[in-house]
Amino acid sequence: MTAMTHEAEHHGPPSNFFQRWLFTTNHKDIGTLYLVFSLVMFFIGGAMALIIRAELFQPGLQLVDPYFFNQMTTLHALVMIFGAVMPAFTGLANWMIPIMIGAPDMALPRMNNWSFWLLPFAFAILLSTLFMPGGGPAGGWTMYPPLMLQHGMSFPFVIFSVHLMGISSIMGAINVIATVLNMRAPGMSLMKMPMFAWAWLITGFLIIGVMPVLAGAITMLLTDQYFGTTFFSAAGGGDPVLYQHIFWFFGHPEVYIMILPAFGIISAIIPTFSRKPLFGYSSMVYAIASIAFLSFLVWAHHMFTVGMLLAGSLFFMYATMVISVPTGVKVFNWVATMWRGSLTFETPMLFAIAFVILFTIGGFSGLMLSIVPADFQYHDTYFVVAHFHYVLVTGAVFSIIAATYYWLPKWTGHMYDERLGKWHFWLSVIFVNILFFPQHFLGLAGMPRRIPDYALQFAEFNMISTIGAFGFGFAQLIFLWVIIKCVRGGEKAPAKVWDGAEGLEWTLSSPPPYHSFTTPPVIPETEAPAR
Amino acid sequence: MRLESKKSAARAGGVVFGLLAAAGTAHADFALNMTPGVSSVSREVYGLHMLLLWICTAIGVLVFSAIIYSVIKFRRSKGAVAAQFHHNTTVEIVWTVIPMLILISIAVPATKVLVVMEDTSNSDLSIKVTGYQWRWGYEYLDEGISFISSLDRQSDLARQRNPVIKPREVENYLLEVDNPVVVPVGKKIRFLLTSNDVIHSWWVPALGWKRDAIPGYINELWTRIEEPGIYRGQCAELCGRDHAFMPIVVKAVPEDEYRAWVEEQKARMAPGRQEPAQAANPAPASQPQQALPPAAAAAQDVVAEPTLAELMQLGEQAYLTNCASCHQADGTGMPPMFPALKGSPVVAGDIDAHLEVVLRGVPGTAMVSFAHLSDAELAAIVTYKRNAWGNDTGELIRPADVRAAR
Amino acid sequence: MAQAQGGYYVPHGSYWPLVGCIGLTTSVVGASGYFNGDWSIWPLLVGAAIMAVMFFGWFGTVIHESVSGVYNSQVDRSFRWGMTWFIFSEVMFFGAFFGALFYARVFSVPWLGGEDIVTNQLLWDSVNLRWPTAGPGFGHLEWEPMGAWPLPTINTLLLLTSGVTLTIAHHALKANQRLKLVLFMWATVLLGTTFLIFQGYEYIHAYRELNLRLDTGIYGSTFFMLTGFHGVHVIIGTVALLVITLRCMRGHFTPGHHFGFEGVAWYWHFVDVVWLGLYIFVYVL
Ligand code: HEA
Ligand code: HEA
Ligand code: HEC
Ligand code: CUA
Ligand SMILES: [Cu+2]
Repeated sequence: MTAMTHEAEHHGPPSNFFQRWLFTTNHKDIGTLYLVFSLVMFFIGGAMALIIRAELFQPGLQLVDPYFFNQMTTLHALVMIFGAVMPAFTGLANWMIPIMIGAPDMALPRMNNWSFWLLPFAFAILLSTLFMPGGGPAGGWTMYPPLMLQHGMSFPFVIFSVHLMGISSIMGAINVIATVLNMRAPGMSLMKMPMFAWAWLITGFLIIGVMPVLAGAITMLLTDQYFGTTFFSAAGGGDPVLYQHIFWFFGHPEVYIMILPAFGIISAIIPTFSRKPLFGYSSMVYAIASIAFLSFLVWAHHMFTVGMLLAGSLFFMYATMVISVPTGVKVFNWVATMWRGSLTFETPMLFAIAFVILFTIGGFSGLMLSIVPADFQYHDTYFVVAHFHYVLVTGAVFSIIAATYYWLPKWTGHMYDERLGKWHFWLSVIFVNILFFPQHFLGLAGMPRRIPDYALQFAEFNMISTIGAFGFGFAQLIFLWVIIKCVRGGEKAPAKVWDGAEGLEWTLSSPPPYHSFTTPPVIPETEAPAR
Repeated sequence: MRLESKKSAARAGGVVFGLLAAAGTAHADFALNMTPGVSSVSREVYGLHMLLLWICTAIGVLVFSAIIYSVIKFRRSKGAVAAQFHHNTTVEIVWTVIPMLILISIAVPATKVLVVMEDTSNSDLSIKVTGYQWRWGYEYLDEGISFISSLDRQSDLARQRNPVIKPREVENYLLEVDNPVVVPVGKKIRFLLTSNDVIHSWWVPALGWKRDAIPGYINELWTRIEEPGIYRGQCAELCGRDHAFMPIVVKAVPEDEYRAWVEEQKARMAPGRQEPAQAANPAPASQPQQALPPAAAAAQDVVAEPTLAELMQLGEQAYLTNCASCHQADGTGMPPMFPALKGSPVVAGDIDAHLEVVLRGVPGTAMVSFAHLSDAELAAIVTYKRNAWGNDTGELIRPADVRAAR
Repeated sequence: MAQAQGGYYVPHGSYWPLVGCIGLTTSVVGASGYFNGDWSIWPLLVGAAIMAVMFFGWFGTVIHESVSGVYNSQVDRSFRWGMTWFIFSEVMFFGAFFGALFYARVFSVPWLGGEDIVTNQLLWDSVNLRWPTAGPGFGHLEWEPMGAWPLPTINTLLLLTSGVTLTIAHHALKANQRLKLVLFMWATVLLGTTFLIFQGYEYIHAYRELNLRLDTGIYGSTFFMLTGFHGVHVIIGTVALLVITLRCMRGHFTPGHHFGFEGVAWYWHFVDVVWLGLYIFVYVL
């Protein structure tokens, strides 16, 4: 590796605060901005979740009006998905992909700045609707008409803010794809890339493929509301269900947008702490690609109860079930990577192992949901809520937390506090299960989702779930503290932070120079696939 | 660290178990699993669910054992040295093919059940179900009976922010209605679902499935209930503010009892009597007398030329049932989403314009048409609105006026 | 200027993205206020103006950098990937509206109009519907659908021809024949403009004579949304072609180095292909 011989060309960051953060074109600064933004959004979305859970602590209406409750549900999801998880992944991509593939920066640095800075504006608009007369959006994150068309003045603001988020993610994705395809160091062939870069390449494709479709769907909502079009109204020859088809054509790939980068992260962490190469690198790549491909063919599994043609239901059921196979390949490969390794259990590894187990549980409930007759019972109950929080919280969010611990020393140049990290992990993993596992029971026993009040037989598990929510929420304050502490100082981290780690990012100093690889590193012909 | 993690794990187990145990003793009513239900379909669905559950559990046990084994066995602190293998085509093929086979073994029974469920032909009776924000309307197509079914008064009182009675004091809190759907056992009943405003979803777990009620379209669902009884469910698609408060109660009775009920309803619906059908069955078995008589019951007594007092009394009832969820009991609404009726220029103004709003709704808003209410009820509601809360117009609207405006 | 990797151009900070954010935000907040009836259209126009300034400034910077030769072939490739995937996203955007059209024609209209017997009889008085229709609740409307002849067909020919003239211009550029290049670029711009004028005329015809409007049920909705969004893209494309033409006249492009030209050409071809889809599914079939 020839990487770090170019100190001479090193340019530091601009000293002016505005120049550095507002006008920046530097992938690390933009990555940092994304990550900080995402953390803030996670806490805002989490606070909304806590309002939801607090209202559900007991039967009866104690704290909030049902309409406000619906606003919380809606905004919680929008903030978590578009504000917390997706920006976190984009932030990680910004920080790590150029370093991992030996590039000086992202391919389109100015556009990179634009993609980030659109987000604060978009969320300022979205959250400001809470303070408008009539309140914020309350139709669920899925925004189904005709209900969505019953909003007060917040309606166009919500639609447009989602448009902005979409534009931001599309530009972010274009950038990642262009970077991966065009900026690799000589010798870094596609099949040598780290899994994270692979996962993001495919994720980027999904984003560009479906965010515009969402934009189209909500644009039709807008014109139905203000220009008298009748896309979603039967009297005018349209169909409310048409919206659902278009929305879920976006929505299902969207959930894989939130999990494929996680697969990449886990595929980096497990080999490092198993001190063993990733098992089945190429099958991992094919698995991700087939998951992405299939994700375009399964959207209607969210709408089995709308009364589809039998053939349609069957097709979507089979296609959905098939996704379990490539996902299974990934899970098995991770287990095989740990098998006969030499394992240690630093915080990133703990979160990664928890990810594999808990994501799989979420995947199982997903498989159950895909079986049409059974879904007739599960649909729109807390069983679904349990399913997607297992894949999203203990899946996507856990992977982001794991990635943070894994690369935090690289980013800051300091080791984080391992003891606090362990506390964070154990509290999180315990409480998150108290939070979401009972929701399976609630759903099976018949509790619908999106309700602020429920019948008495659901009281116990709701109480337990709420306790779990507050425990899990406050455990995240430890995370916040670990990060702040690590940024402010601590034991100096070496270039290669983890002894089992492999890949270009560990050849650069911690923290890396402002411009990563000012001249491309040389990747030896013979090197085994990266991890 | 090793020690610490083990301790934490033990703690984790303790907490979970403790909580579960506490929950178990606190209330005997809670359920962990899906109900097998009371029809052949619901039992098939339940069987499918259990099959899935066991398959997932089995795979889970295998996968998680392998992980736990690795975590225990291959830790560096125990001196494990990493092997360097990184692929093995045989095992990769094996763990692609086996899940595939498992999936096929699930798909076959699932397909069979689905085909049976989708077949609504040869039904014995059809009931049209219409979702309204936030109540259900039922229409027995072969009998010409129809009525509206809303959350019962007790639950409605208990679900307020500062309730006069506590939810825990209400039996079947949120799962009770004023007028249940009465159906015969042993018959193939076809439900035709649609909606008047937004999408709702008609769900009674004991019947094994739910289906969306979509405005402008009709969805079908069928059942053949095998045991008499009362089966409860609720709306399962977010439909706005009171989505949590539109329960469904199905009362399955033997054939002869059903016929008797039908005759009673028909008599009530007979021409010349201008009131809405009222499911006159003496409130569902599980519940003693309802605290307040449903609005519709009073409507029966309204003659063609009611007095203002009569209309006000009936109007208040009907208003509370139908309008108060948006416009509030005291008529102040929740501006700007739901306008106040108290002091509203529409309410105080031209009667025809006022009736127009109520009969046709305001397109594109939550204010939908209430034309499904009877002339008597609407007359009472409008009269009530024009005289309550200081809207003292002193005007009296007769059912005939409403009929004329339709 | 930070240069790396044999001169990969990593630009220093720029305020244009932030101006873009402010412009977009002003536009959408302005549009929201306008839709709600609270505001006049001015805030929206101010936002659009900021966007125009932003594009002008941002592209101006890029053109300046390009002309001064700091972009190497790798930078060029990044731009190409960027443009490719941007066009792909546009394709998917149109896909949503085409999806709506197909759904209406294949599913919802037949269902409402008789195929779904219960729905048709119980809710829609057994009304019989066939495409083109405004829907079962809009039976009282008097209107006519837009025929494929003559305007749309002429427009198709115009766009196809513009694709050809653009390609000729491209070849001329590669062969370094400046005059031919400029002439055919102007021809392309002219064809695009004519298309737009005809489309404007078509809309007037629809509103005035056919009583075909945006709110004429599902037919009007799909017709105007698809052709309208396409028209917006033609406007953008024509403006872009105009800019490129002026740049050609200034001698900005070399036979070997003219990404700006090609990006716009791709975009124009994309607009062209979308039109063919429209022509077939909206007008002819
Ligand atoms: C990260 C996000 C994520 C991920 C990864 C998934 C993964 C999956 N999801 Fe999930 N899903 C959501 C997020 C996600 N989902 C969300 C947010 C919703 C609700 C949206 C809303 O309504 O608001 C939802 C809803 C949802 C529904 C609709 C439920 C309903 O509303 O009625 C369905 C139905 O089919 C479904 C199925 C699946 C399946 C089959 C998978 C599969 O990909 C899972 C595959 C994984 C495994 C199966 C485990 C590992 C595999 C093995 C160990 C191999 C062997 C296993 C077998 C052969 C069984 N999901
Ligand atoms: C990535 C996505 C994501 C994430 C991370 C989460 C995280 C959480 N979710 Fe969410 N959720 C969704 C996506 C997500 N959710 C979606 C898509 C829906 C469906 C919406 C719909 O129906 O339309 C949903 C719906 C949903 C519901 C159902 C609501 C309903 O149906 O009415 C519930 C209820 O329990 C819930 C709970 C939680 C909880 C407790 C967390 C916790 O994990 C959150 C933990 C984090 C914190 C608690 C932050 C820490 C905060 C503090 C410590 C205190 C506050 C501090 C400050 C204000 C500074 N979520
Ligand atoms: C789902 C909620 C909802 C229900 C239930 C409801 N309304 Fe309304 N109502 C509205 C909304 C929203 C408006 C405002 C419509 C608009 O924007 O003009 C409204 C407007 C009105 C108005 C016009 C008031 C004004 O000042 O503009 C009248 C009168 C009215 N409703 C009467 C009734 C009656 C009578 C009932 C019961 C039979 C009823 N409403 C039930 C939501 C509801
Ligand atoms: Cu009706 Cu929910
Ligand atoms: Cu899905």
